[in-house]
Amino acid sequence: MDAIFLQILNGLDKGGAYALIALGLTLVFGTLGVVNFAHGALFMLGAFCAVTLQKILTISQKVRDESITFFEAYKEQPYLEIWFGDFGTKIIDWSVPISILLAIPIMLLIGLAMERGLIRHFYKRPHADQILVTFGLAIVLQEIIRSFFGANPIPTPAPDIVAGSAQIGVLLGLGESVVYPWWRIIYLLFSGLVIFLVFAFLQFTTFGMVVRAGMHDRETVGLLGIDVEHKFTIVFGIGAVVAGLAGVMYAPILPPDYHMGMDFLVLSFVVVVVGGMGSLGGAVAAGFLLGLLQSFASMNEIKAILPGIDQIIIYLVAVVIILVRPRGLMGRKGVMED
Amino acid sequence: MSMPSLRNDWVVMAIFAAAVLTAPIWLSPVGAGYPDLLQKFAIFGLFAIGFNILFGLTGYLSFGHAVFLGVGSYTAVWSFKLLTMNVLPAIALSILVAGIFAVVIGYLSLRRSGIYFSILTLAFAQMSYNLAYSVLTPITNGETGLQLTMQDARIFDEPTTSGLPSTELFGMSMSGYSGFYFCAVLLIIGFFISLRIFRSPFGLKLLAIKSNQTRMRYTGFNTKPYLLAAFIISGMYAGLAGSLMAVTDPLAGAERMQWTASGEVVLMTILGGVGTLIGPLLGAGIIKYFENIFSALNPGELHQIFSWLPDWLENIVVAISSEFVGDGWHMTLGLSFMLVVIFLPGGVIEGVGRAYTKIRTLLKSDEANESDESVLEPEPVLSAEKE
Amino acid sequence: MSIVLSIKNVDKTFGGLQALGDINLDIEEGKTHAIIGPNGAGKSTLLNCCIGRLIPDNGTVEFNGKNMIGMQPHDINHAGMVRVFQTPEIFPELTVLQNVLIPGFAKRDGIFKFNAFTSLASEKDIEADAMHILEDMGLIDQIHNSAGSMSRGDKRRLELAMGLVQHPTLLLLDEPTAGMARHDTNRTIDLLKTIKERGMTKIIIEHDMHVVFSLADTISVLAQGRIIATGTPDEIRGNPKVQEAYLGGAEL
Repeated sequence: MDAIFLQILNGLDKGGAYALIALGLTLVFGTLGVVNFAHGALFMLGAFCAVTLQKILTISQKVRDESITFFEAYKEQPYLEIWFGDFGTKIIDWSVPISILLAIPIMLLIGLAMERGLIRHFYKRPHADQILVTFGLAIVLQEIIRSFFGANPIPTPAPDIVAGSAQIGVLLGLGESVVYPWWRIIYLLFSGLVIFLVFAFLQFTTFGMVVRAGMHDRETVGLLGIDVEHKFTIVFGIGAVVAGLAGVMYAPILPPDYHMGMDFLVLSFVVVVVGGMGSLGGAVAAGFLLGLLQSFASMNEIKAILPGIDQIIIYLVAVVIILVRPRGLMGRKGVMED
Repeated sequence: MSMPSLRNDWVVMAIFAAAVLTAPIWLSPVGAGYPDLLQKFAIFGLFAIGFNILFGLTGYLSFGHAVFLGVGSYTAVWSFKLLTMNVLPAIALSILVAGIFAVVIGYLSLRRSGIYFSILTLAFAQMSYNLAYSVLTPITNGETGLQLTMQDARIFDEPTTSGLPSTELFGMSMSGYSGFYFCAVLLIIGFFISLRIFRSPFGLKLLAIKSNQTRMRYTGFNTKPYLLAAFIISGMYAGLAGSLMAVTDPLAGAERMQWTASGEVVLMTILGGVGTLIGPLLGAGIIKYFENIFSALNPGELHQIFSWLPDWLENIVVAISSEFVGDGWHMTLGLSFMLVVIFLPGGVIEGVGRAYTKIRTLLKSDEANESDESVLEPEPVLSAEKE
Repeated sequence: MSIVLSIKNVDKTFGGLQALGDINLDIEEGKTHAIIGPNGAGKSTLLNCCIGRLIPDNGTVEFNGKNMIGMQPHDINHAGMVRVFQTPEIFPELTVLQNVLIPGFAKRDGIFKFNAFTSLASEKDIEADAMHILEDMGLIDQIHNSAGSMSRGDKRRLELAMGLVQHPTLLLLDEPTAGMARHDTNRTIDLLKTIKERGMTKIIIEHDMHVVFSLADTISVLAQGRIIATGTPDEIRGNPKVQEAYLGGAEL
């Protein structure tokens, strides 16, 4: 029972990450009609926003290490600590949450630049061309990151205060053995919040209304004299920000490396297809569904019955869904069926 | 011409065979005239030629073709382990097993088209890749990869006592130039089959499916078997390529099935020119050639190359260009990929075609008042074959 | 005269809206049967029910005595019933000649044949037949052009050539002259008359009364999903019910 409960939590926070990445991907597909293989790279760039900020905050000076008295020893002390003392240490400790503030404008700029500079010219090209050019871009982006940060994963810890595990077992009356990392709980709540904000934005603002109408029938909205193209540029920016935020917050869970984007890209495409191309609700539902399935499939009891199921469950679900229900869980009729 | 003559085909084949067999000579001035690299050209050329029969003729973009490459390699190594070091059974079995995989994957994936087809093939490839690394370890030997050992049965061979045996064709060892010529012969056969398919009623029907599948159904064709046949053929080409990898180096690893490997063959085909006969082979050659050069370069060598520049400029140029060589080869690859898709969607073949027309118009305007058209006739296959 | 196509009690509704109601129609061998009617009368729906694009809710479509309902489009094609589409459904990337070769291969090869190792160059019979029909259609100068770059009228004629090359028992023509210039229309009428002399049975859906009255042996009038009259051109011309329902009382 406890194990199942933990697996549900595991599945939900994995699902949170899938849902966030897939949300941006499907938003961009639904509005711009572009299949963006560089979306995983945006997730990776988000994670590296956190890494970058951590690196900047910990720029250090060599100072005498007072604790060693036998010889002259030096240690690195961040300038922030030298200037602000304990407050500086606090800032460094909180670098991941702080980098959210950095990531939003940066990811927005990257998104806008990408749309204006590249994606825009591919609206009318075949999907195969879009896949190929964005695939090329993804490689370029990840290689740039590799040349700056190297090939090894970079640990980017969460603030100390949430570094441990929550005694959720005690909270929920399931016994003391049930503990779960704080940061993962935070990630789950955070992804819920971002998803809520995106939906609220699309639901309750005029801008969102136009975008939704544009997703439904681009030409008619264009005929109404609304500059849809312009709005869609911003949509692309929003997609980039959402992917970036998913990446920032994921950094403490999985130390970022340059190819993490590619790893998540394949998965998130599967999520989008299972949810139905261009369906926002579908992407979120499919993200959580696949997260849950994956975490249950990795339970030993299940693996004992179906060896290797944990390795293929996501793809298996994708195959079954596409074959049985080609529009995915919530896709609209006729989208990408040819 | 829609009705190419039969004689034309034989001329093309003769030129092609001559070019491939003399490759060690005419590629040596650019530093590619040694068997290891030439083998790679032939193997990846076969992979891309086969991929092009599916993607180029039917327009179905498979993102999981590396499965067949991996399956071919594993089968070949198992044939070396269990049966004999002779390469012919290994190759025949690899093609067969890859074909069987293609029947299953193709039958399911071809129930959908467009991006759904791409995702289905990708999903099957990822499943195979993940399973090869995990529960299928008894067959694939997991991360270490499948290798020859001294304990292998090899029921048709004499037991060996001194070290691991090497692959052979009736006593001829498959290393060095004999290895290359073996691959070259298979490449010529593979190219010939592709040429025949391109110029057959079957090939024309595939093109028509790409152009307007609905119309094909009302014209009296069941399009599914056509697509499946193309899928299986291209899967078998990949199986052959995979087995040749094992022939030249008898080991097989799951990374051959990774989706980046599937992406690579797409890239080769696009770079050379989708739907052209020779394009995919060119694309494979170009990528493998530059991979070989670029990934071997290091900053020290760059300094030598640019030593004729003034020092300060040399340092800048080396600093920038070193991002693109060595480990940075992938950056070059990604960038050239983008540039080709953006500026030259028809690939190198289209580029050559455009350049040719340009030169011809230039020459024409020069010679307008001199003589009649005595300008070079176009190479029959190279330019006239686009779709 | 034997009956080639027999449509019996065919109904079709789309979401509560009746598109076809109790259609009964017999097409005689060798005849040209025109179906006319105002827009939305259900003419195209009827054709789609014949070739397997739509499945009627009730009724049967018997072709040479065999029920066609539920059969795959490619099987219906091989049974000998071929449709010429209203909006040109051609293969735009292929050449004009190749466009006509494809249906020729369909006729000979059946629904599937793996002829990957015969050369196109050796397919002299199919090519000759295609060239012959392209000559009839006046497209012989364009055989090596890509079909997508042709004018709309030429595409319509190519479409017709693709139907004719299969030598069908029954040819279904969906507005063969729509969107054509006058001289193209006349040329098409002449062509269709020539085919008629060869004894091919045809169903024509058409708006242009000039075309209908120059070609048809029998005319059926469809209005609001029902057949309100069937008869010779003269009978139809004089039928007051038709004039009222369809022509709003105007003189034909």
